[in-house]
Amino acid sequence: MTTRRMLSALALVVGVTAFGCSDATPPTQGVYMLLDTSGTYTEELGKASKIINYLLSELTAGDSLAVARIDSGSFSEKDIMARVTFDNRPTTANEQKRGFMRQMNTFSSQVHPSRHTDITGGLIQAVDWLRETGAGTKTVLIFSDLEEDLAKGHVRDFPINVKGVRVIALNVTKLRSDNIDPREYQKRLDHWQARVEEGGGTWQVVNDLDRLTRALQI
Amino acid sequence: MSTTWMIWPGHPGPSLLIWAALGVMALYLARIPAHRAIRAGARVLTHAMRLSARSLMHAQGRLAERNRDVLLTLGEQTVENEIGRELQRVRTVVARDLAAYPELHRILSDQITRIDEDYRRATDTPPSPPSWLRSLELMKGLVAQGGGDSVVVDVLKAMEHSLEKNHREAMEAYRAQSAKRHGILTKMMPFWRKVTGTLEHVNRTVRGLEDRSAHIDEQMARYTEMRGRSQKASRMLGASQLTQFFIAGLVLVIAALGGFINFQLIALPMSEMVGGASHLGSFKTSDVAALVIIMVEIAMGLFLMESLRVTHMFPVIGVMDDRMRKRMMIVTLTILSILACVEASLAYMRDLLATDHEALTQALAGVQASQPEFRWIPSVGQMVMGFILPFALTFVAIPLESFVHASRTVLGVLAEGLLKALAFCCRLAGNVALQAGSVLVTVYDLTIFVPLRVERWIAASAESRALSGPKPSAPRP
Repeated sequence: MTTRRMLSALALVVGVTAFGCSDATPPTQGVYMLLDTSGTYTEELGKASKIINYLLSELTAGDSLAVARIDSGSFSEKDIMARVTFDNRPTTANEQKRGFMRQMNTFSSQVHPSRHTDITGGLIQAVDWLRETGAGTKTVLIFSDLEEDLAKGHVRDFPINVKGVRVIALNVTKLRSDNIDPREYQKRLDHWQARVEEGGGTWQVVNDLDRLTRALQI
Repeated sequence: MSTTWMIWPGHPGPSLLIWAALGVMALYLARIPAHRAIRAGARVLTHAMRLSARSLMHAQGRLAERNRDVLLTLGEQTVENEIGRELQRVRTVVARDLAAYPELHRILSDQITRIDEDYRRATDTPPSPPSWLRSLELMKGLVAQGGGDSVVVDVLKAMEHSLEKNHREAMEAYRAQSAKRHGILTKMMPFWRKVTGTLEHVNRTVRGLEDRSAHIDEQMARYTEMRGRSQKASRMLGASQLTQFFIAGLVLVIAALGGFINFQLIALPMSEMVGGASHLGSFKTSDVAALVIIMVEIAMGLFLMESLRVTHMFPVIGVMDDRMRKRMMIVTLTILSILACVEASLAYMRDLLATDHEALTQALAGVQASQPEFRWIPSVGQMVMGFILPFALTFVAIPLESFVHASRTVLGVLAEGLLKALAFCCRLAGNVALQAGSVLVTVYDLTIFVPLRVERWIAASAESRALSGPKPSAPRP
């Protein structure tokens, strides 16, 4: 009798543990990386490759990753260089990662500097794509100096909706003008922080890429 | 801040003093009923606590009695089983060896008869008494006395030759007879050996039976002691159960570690089967699936041990007829073997996945993928472990049963200790409440020491006045 009771209790504990501790948020990750291809910033793309490789090694089955370039008009699917949602099976996911890596190598070798820098368009495109994936944690990585230079006629001075999205600016390099007046640099950062936070997102700047692991928390 | 409490508005200090004086006066006036109330409260609390302690001790006593009953019943069952097993062994020995005793006796008699016959046949027949030797000697004397009578000498010589010839023939016949007897005696040896062997076998059997009888006697003595509900028996059983509890617990911990290793072997490749992204609550489905496989293996192990009658946790399996039990044994063993094969293949898959992941990581890091030598050794090791661990986990059933049985006793003892501790706390709290009543009375008096002092002065002066009052008038003449 006691044995039976104990076995029933064990079954109940296992059941409660397995089904009771449900979490509403799907534990999948969605990462969208924006690469600035304007002017001399293309020289920084080597660092971006390392970050992409790091992301590929850390993201697992069910996670999504996309890499897009920031050019004169970034609010376009054409600017997405590679995108993938990793398969449930680890072997297939590994194959997808290899394919993604090959695509990125091709992109790095063929990239051309763009005339203008449409960061806002790229950010809107990133948020749209991340929402489509339905990922639990949405992260946009902006690999740029954050100096927006819009083409004539492009309208981007409106609030952007980045609710629930974590925006991390990476490798925000200082421009020549920043060296003359460092307040310009801070003003640029503050401007983007305000835009993201007003849009409901969270903002973070990581210039030391060694600390990226902690910042990403994948 | 409200100022309504101030008797003298704008002067909180004096107002507070007045309130304090009024309070002290009120306390002084209520002193006797207040003391009574405090003492009564303390007494009520003390009685309640003592009552609780008594009832807890009563419950502890009942629990101890129940624990003792459980322990002795368990012990009785164990000894009954042991005695039953011993009797079964004795029965087997008697049925195997001693049941054939008449046959054995007949064989022994036959062998002894044959040996006896052979012995008789081998009896030494002494040669005929050597009287003719004396005749021969006399004849030789006559020949010597006869001097030169050649006829007598020839006759005597012929007789001598004839006698010697007869003597030789008799000796040869005797030697032939002896050789024949020796041959018979040599043939007797195997029969002697057979008889000795048979007797030794009987001796061993009887000695084994004697040992078993002594063991049964010991068990019976223990059983009688248990039936007599003696303290010694319950103490011995309690110590034995505690030892069992710790040993079985230790083995279960080892088994749990084995299960964990097993889980690590199959959790990763499971994601290839059920998907790595799906979740069940906050757990990965692949992890849950791996855990379920291990649980199923343990369950199959339990059923296998039950059907082998090694453990007795499921009475339904225990009372099954032998044919059904054998079927169940075959089914559980088959499922267990299939699961072991699945695990071995999953372990191999795990190795492939790890290799693939390593190669990808190296490619992402820009390092040339290396092909280490003897890579097959860990692969084979993992496969073997994957195959063996399910069978090893089968034996968890034995310590689990011991643990469950022993935990009844151990939990009972713990509950007993807890009740004792609670009873002690209640008794302590009762005594503290009683003493706290006295302390409260003293503190109460301390707060009203001024009016009490005044009261004492008044009482003292009244007493002194009474003592120093007008002397009684002289009696009238």
